[in-house]
Amino acid sequence: MLKDFFGKKVKVINLGIASFADDLRKQGVETIHTDWRPPAGGNKKIQALLNKVANWQSQVKSAKGAR
Amino acid sequence: MVVSFIIKKQTYFDSVTLMLIGSQVKKLPGIDNTVVGMCTDYNIDSLKRLSMYQSAFDGLTPNDLIICIRASDKKTADDAIAEVEKRLATRQKSSGSAELPPSSQEDAAVRLPEANMVLISVPGEYAAAESEKALNAGRHVMLFSDNVSIEEELRIKTLGVSKELLVMGPDCGTAIINGTPLAFANAVRAGNIGLVAASGTGLQEVTSTIHRLGCGITQAIGVGGRDLSEKIGGKMTLMATRALAEDPATKVIVLLSKPPAESVLKTLYAELKGISKKIVIYFIGADPKAIEAEGFVAAHNLEDAAIKACDLSTGKQYKPELSEAQIAEAATGCKMTGRFLRGLYSGGTLCDEAQRILQPIVGELSSNTPIKGCKKMSDLYSSSGHCIIDLGDDDFTRGKAHPMIDPTYRTERIVKEVGDPDAGLILFDVVLGYGSHLDMAGEMIEAIQLGRKNSGRQPLLAACICGTHEDPQNYEQQKTKLEEAGIKVFPTNVAMVKFAQLCLEGNK
Repeated sequence: MLKDFFGKKVKVINLGIASFADDLRKQGVETIHTDWRPPAGGNKKIQALLNKVANWQSQVKSAKGAR
Repeated sequence: MVVSFIIKKQTYFDSVTLMLIGSQVKKLPGIDNTVVGMCTDYNIDSLKRLSMYQSAFDGLTPNDLIICIRASDKKTADDAIAEVEKRLATRQKSSGSAELPPSSQEDAAVRLPEANMVLISVPGEYAAAESEKALNAGRHVMLFSDNVSIEEELRIKTLGVSKELLVMGPDCGTAIINGTPLAFANAVRAGNIGLVAASGTGLQEVTSTIHRLGCGITQAIGVGGRDLSEKIGGKMTLMATRALAEDPATKVIVLLSKPPAESVLKTLYAELKGISKKIVIYFIGADPKAIEAEGFVAAHNLEDAAIKACDLSTGKQYKPELSEAQIAEAATGCKMTGRFLRGLYSGGTLCDEAQRILQPIVGELSSNTPIKGCKKMSDLYSSSGHCIIDLGDDDFTRGKAHPMIDPTYRTERIVKEVGDPDAGLILFDVVLGYGSHLDMAGEMIEAIQLGRKNSGRQPLLAACICGTHEDPQNYEQQKTKLEEAGIKVFPTNVAMVKFAQLCLEGNK
C-alpha cells in the first residue's frame, strides 16, 4: 500500500543526471548512482528485444511468486 | 576559424553534465562554438546546422562522446578540448566511491537491494523501459525524463497503479517524498499538508511559501503535466490523493494542476467528495467559483493556495508575506524609463501566473507560451511590446540545460533587455533549492550590470525568490545581493506581479 510507504526512509537508485545523486548524498540519503548508458550500444532493435525478455522474466517471476 | 574535435568511444556522460561544461567552455576567449555531447541524432543535427560536422563522426553510436570546438585558431580550440576533458575527469572523480559504479539498474539493485525509489533522468526514448524495470522490482519511480510518449505514460502508470507504486512524471521536476527533496525541490519542513501537483514550479512556489509562513508538509507528489488529461485519466493524482486521505499525518490536501479534462474532472470530484479531510484546489486558469460550488476550497493563485492550506492546517489566519500596502510602498516613485514590461522566467507556472494577472491590465501581451488572450511572440529571440517569456520551455532548452541550472541564455537575454529603450520594467524569478544553480542572483546581477554599462540605461528591475531559508543557496544572501544591485525583491511571484501592475498603472 502506498500509504505504508509514507514515513519510511527514501533510498534511491539514480539513473541519468549525476548531480541529482550528489544532491541526495549531501542530504544523507542513501543513494547509488548508476553509470547508465544506452543499452545494446544504442541499437534500437536489440533494445526492444532485451526489453521484451526483461518483461517476460518479470512476468514469470511474479507468476511464480503468486503460486 | 578552425574546428578541432576528439571522439571518445564508449564513454557516456549525462546530458546536463555535458551541456554545462560545453556552455562554460564556450565563454573562454577565442571560442566561437562548442558541441560537447553524446553522438545522438540531435547532436548530429546540431553539428550539421553549425557547419561543424566531420566525416569522422559517421557511424558513431549514442554511447560515443564527441567534443567539437570551433575557435579563432587551432591552439585555442585544442586547449578548450583539454579543458573539457579536465572538467569531465573532475566530474567522474567527484561522483564516485573507490568502487566502480554499477552499469545498470539491475546491478545497482544488487548493491542497494533496499532501494525503494528509482530516479530516472535518462533520454526519453529509454525512460519507459527503465520505469517498467523499477516498477516490476517493486520500486517507486520519479520520472524526470521528458519526450516520453503519452502511450508509454499510460502503460507505465497502469502498471504503477496495479502495484500501488508511484509514477511521478514523466517530465516531473519536483517532488518531496518522506522529507526527501528529489531533483529540483526545496528544503521544506515537515508538517501536515500533503500536496499533489501536475506543475513543477507551481509545487516549488507553494511548498516554499508554506515553509516561509511557518507551516510544513507531509508529501509533495509530482504527477507530470499530462496526468489529468483524458488519455491518462488522472491515474496518479487519484492514487496519490487516496493515499494522502488515508495518511494519518496529512490533515490538509492541496491539488495543483491545469484544469483537468472534463471526464477526468467528474471522476476526480467524485473521489475527492469521499474524503473527509480539507482540500484546497488551484486549477490554474479555472473559475474558482466552480470549484467552491463543488464544496472545495478554491485558491486564486499559488500564494493563495499556500495561505489557504496553512489556514486549514493550523486553524489560524495567515496573510501574504507582503501586504498590499507594502507592495504599494515599493512601487511608490518607481518610474518606467520605457513603455513596456519584460518577464524573463525560468519557471513555467510562474510565467503562466504572471500572464494571467497582467494581461487584463496591459491588453496586448506576448509570450512564447501564451495563455488565452495573449499573443504568440513573432520572434522568440527579440522582444517587442509587453512580453513574458518562459525560458525553461522547449523553445529555449533544446540541446541546452534548463535555465534553473545554466543561466547562460537568460543572462545574455537580460543584457539585451536592459539595453532595449522600450523596456521599462524587467521581471525575473530566482528559483532556489536542490538541483538549481548555486548563485543565480549573482549571475543575473553580473549580466544586469553589463547591460547597464553597455547601454547607460536603468530600467526598473524586480525579482521574486522561490525558495526557503534551508535551501543550499542561502536565501538571505541571494536577497541581499539583489537588493544591493538596485533590484526590488519579492517573496512570491504574485507579490512581484502586483508590484508590476502598480508600476504599469502609474506609468499609463
